[in-house]
Amino acid sequence: MDCNKETVELMHKYLDGELTKDEEIMLREHLEDCEECQKHFHELKRTITLIKSTDTIHAPNHFSTSVMKNLPAERKGTKYVRWLKMHPIMTAAAIFFVLMSGSMFTAWQQDSQLTVSKQDDLIIRGDTVIVPEDVIVEGDLVVKNGNLRVDGKIEGDVTLINGKMIEEYEIEGEGLMASVGEVNGEFKQVDRAFEWIWYHIQNLFKNIFSFGD
Amino acid sequence: MDMIIKEKIKQVKKGNQAAFEDVVLYYQDKIYHHCFRMLGNAHEAEDIAQEAFIRAYVNIHSYDDRRKFSTWLYRIATNLTIDRLRKRKPDYYLDAEVKGTEGLDMYSQLASTDRLPDEEVQGMEIQNFIQQEILKLPAKYRSIIMLRYLEEFSLQEISEILDIPLGTVKTRIHRGREALRKKLRHV
Repeated sequence: MDCNKETVELMHKYLDGELTKDEEIMLREHLEDCEECQKHFHELKRTITLIKSTDTIHAPNHFSTSVMKNLPAERKGTKYVRWLKMHPIMTAAAIFFVLMSGSMFTAWQQDSQLTVSKQDDLIIRGDTVIVPEDVIVEGDLVVKNGNLRVDGKIEGDVTLINGKMIEEYEIEGEGLMASVGEVNGEFKQVDRAFEWIWYHIQNLFKNIFSFGD
Repeated sequence: MDMIIKEKIKQVKKGNQAAFEDVVLYYQDKIYHHCFRMLGNAHEAEDIAQEAFIRAYVNIHSYDDRRKFSTWLYRIATNLTIDRLRKRKPDYYLDAEVKGTEGLDMYSQLASTDRLPDEEVQGMEIQNFIQQEILKLPAKYRSIIMLRYLEEFSLQEISEILDIPLGTVKTRIHRGREALRKKLRHV
């Protein structure tokens, strides 16, 4: 047997508690014959004893107090953060909600200016959009942040956001259709944030479904 | 004791900061000792041991209850000490590994020309001498030798703490033992 390699390998296996029965017998037999390996083995075991003999050192007295003092303060926020981490679905829902409402309110605030969907032949006077008498608007009309006066005709839906219909001539109790102008289609008026959001959502769905068409 | 610690950690996870102090008190000597043996300097040892506990607290939610807490804590502490040793490497260039060898450093090259260990022992307590010799081992051997013989972790646990394969742990512990044997045979 090669003293320098194989036996030393066996010694280390022994120290790690991994010798098989056969290997143990092999090692023991070799050690009985070989003084050099005996010495080596003895030195190894002694080394371990020496390492283990070193004193345990104790932490300084103020150690734990000092650790506790240096811990990051439990902020109010961390509690919520932890809760969120433990409820991923709720977190996703919350994030979705925040983003959703965020984008809607920006959209709501962005257009404080008067906008009209169809400019042709319409007259804009101040904050009022006028459909002149002899004009027929073909298609839908959307007016944001402005009033609408219809003297002519609209062949389509009308949506008024943040504005109202001005009826120049009062015609007793007969509503929109009876005014001078005519709207042949749905009439919608939106003037509050909530309705605005609702309108957006409806639009969104309409868009989604119209993709299929 | 393990059960008590487990319970305390549960409380810490729920946000009870005070419960963490008991965890610190239970492990502080062991962790401090480990850091001291790794760094060989009381001031740094305290610094790093403190840091280890603080990191453990901050990251307590990434600790998996099903595993041993001590293994996790030692892992944090060992990584911190190794980082610290790496940072001060320029002053300790003798620790540098000799190219082409697996973990032999300049000390092993010096061994033959060194003063006789007998002389070195003179005037130095044996305890100190052993401590010095352990400190001279390259960090990757030192950490394993200490985890095995001072902290009494199993080889499997050491492989988890250091995040290295079991085979590597075995190779390194053999080399570490041999290196120390050569240095301590005359004590």
